[in-house]
Amino acid sequence: MSQIKIVNLQKSFGDFTAVKNSNLTINDKEFFVLLGPSGCGKTTTLRMIAGLELPTSGEIYLGDEEVGMLRASERDIAFVFQLFALYPHMNVRNNLSFPLKMQGYKKSDIKNRVEEAAKLLRIDHILNSNISSLSGGDRQRVALGRALVRRPKAFLMDEPLGTLDAEFRELMCLELKKLHLDIGATTVYVTHDQLEAMSLADRIAVMDGGEILQADEPNIIYNKPKTKFVASFIGSPGMNFFEVNEGISKDQSFVNIEGAKFDIPKQLEESKGSKNFFGIRPENLTLNNNEGLKGSVFGVEYLGSRKIITVKTSLGEIKVKTDISINVKLNENVQVKPLNNNIIIFDGQTDKSLNSEFIK
Amino acid sequence: MDTSRSYLEPSSFSKKMAAAIIIVYAVITLIPISWMVMTSFKNVDSAISYPPEVLFEPSLEGYVNLFTNRSRQSQEYLDSLPPPENWYEELVRSREMVITGPSKFLGRYSNSMIIGFGSTFASVFLGALAAYAFSRFRVPLKDDLLFFILSTRMFPPIAVAVPIFIMYRKLGLGDTHLGMIILYTVVNLSLAVWLLKGFMDEIPKEYEEAAMIDGYSRLQAFFKVVLPQAMTGIAATAIFCMIFSWNEYAFAVLLTQFNAQTAPPFIPTIIGEGGLDWPAIGAGTTLFLLPVMIFTIILRKHLLRGITFGAVRK
Repeated sequence: MSQIKIVNLQKSFGDFTAVKNSNLTINDKEFFVLLGPSGCGKTTTLRMIAGLELPTSGEIYLGDEEVGMLRASERDIAFVFQLFALYPHMNVRNNLSFPLKMQGYKKSDIKNRVEEAAKLLRIDHILNSNISSLSGGDRQRVALGRALVRRPKAFLMDEPLGTLDAEFRELMCLELKKLHLDIGATTVYVTHDQLEAMSLADRIAVMDGGEILQADEPNIIYNKPKTKFVASFIGSPGMNFFEVNEGISKDQSFVNIEGAKFDIPKQLEESKGSKNFFGIRPENLTLNNNEGLKGSVFGVEYLGSRKIITVKTSLGEIKVKTDISINVKLNENVQVKPLNNNIIIFDGQTDKSLNSEFIK
Repeated sequence: MDTSRSYLEPSSFSKKMAAAIIIVYAVITLIPISWMVMTSFKNVDSAISYPPEVLFEPSLEGYVNLFTNRSRQSQEYLDSLPPPENWYEELVRSREMVITGPSKFLGRYSNSMIIGFGSTFASVFLGALAAYAFSRFRVPLKDDLLFFILSTRMFPPIAVAVPIFIMYRKLGLGDTHLGMIILYTVVNLSLAVWLLKGFMDEIPKEYEEAAMIDGYSRLQAFFKVVLPQAMTGIAATAIFCMIFSWNEYAFAVLLTQFNAQTAPPFIPTIIGEGGLDWPAIGAGTTLFLLPVMIFTIILRKHLLRGITFGAVRK
């Protein structure tokens, strides 16, 4: 097992730059998730680590070795594909032993290792089955098993749960997490599903437009997003933003939005321009009848224990996540106000969050 | 209303109709072939009798005549010979002839085998490699090259017979196995590349990527992962190539005479006494039919397996 480090990594396909000047360090035994919308460069980054794409520039370190230009077969990493890519002309056992055969292990060693991995993944009863007869979950386990038998330096997974149905995905998520705890392998996992990322990751890197915007622990990504994109992409629903048509200066602790005054955490940094954004998570807002921004209820979604209420105001639609006990009707007039001071100001020019007492 | 079946499923009446039409069609197509097989088991007289005999006494005369050279002898000479050693000598003697040696048929037949299978193997092998490259790599001028390859099919091969005849004479490839294998491979290659490219395109590239991550080189991945999955396409391509090179007549007549002559130009030259030896020709064509038939039946399993293969891939 080893650390993975990428330095100034860049990948272009003709005129299109898929990955821009990225730097990352993935610690030994870490479960690291690359998260972003489709086309953000997360899969390309993973494929470069795997050796399936060669970087245009930059370096990739696996342990202490620079592997950027090595072939995939020389890197000693395992890759789990979204469509599993199990060899359909071989049965489960042969799929699992395929990588070991290349490395010249003795037949008895191969057998032992395959059976050990199969037991760990609870697929030992289907070792002689054909791939085509397996369920989605079993295929998933076989794909993991094929990665596992080699005991590689790192596991790379490209949306491995993407093709499973929702119920099964949750189960496999738990199994993956448990598997990671059991074998403690460095894992890089690509997904566009933030819930999957949040539940699996030790750390998450959020990517957009080929850039790594923030790499941190899930709770920091959620609570202290470094850019407006991260704030809106993470969370369901994402953060609410209001335009602030004034420059933010150091030590400022309130802003005016449409004539109303809002408290903000004491700012430690000034903004570059005079157009900025006030960001607040839906659960940090509350509804009442006498204070705050006026609006009317536009939609109500029930999420079991919580409720998301969309309020139409002069600032646009605002999502409020409230307790289930709050009862409002459609088109009812309500007022929205912050519940606490967990507010982030984003610089309108750079889209980056400004440091404050809340987010340092 | 009958609701026991899906609306989209054909009714049992239309299924029976379809079966009946197919049976009639099969019988019509099989008549010439069965007549040929029957002729091969007739004797020289009943083969040309009029009205034609549908029921006849089977004889192996055709096969004996096919495999032997014979000469007619006087009754005195035949009487002076020791008694015949085996059944076919006896058969020949009853026609007042003696066997003077084996005929050329076996040699021509094995030429057909060598050239047919050799060129089929070469076409499929080279075609698979080229198809894989066209399917996976960024080849400069890919579309133009593919069109160029296809364009060799746009004229009948025999249109280039004269230039090839002259080239082959200069190169010393005329009347050689190698020459014929190269020629048939060239003709079949365009078909092989195009057919196999279609099949390779259907195979997700993740399979090779998985194999390469598992420690295999691209070539090893090609042989161990891509080729087995392209089996359907390979079987279909092999059948087409085999049928062409097995049946090819015009080039074989033109370019081969002794050493590498194949069965198609040889069979019509089997001439008996006082006319064509129809039972021998029937025997030759019947035997000629067998290899392609067996080859197709063997590969048919792959064709059928391939159909269900793709359906459950994802």
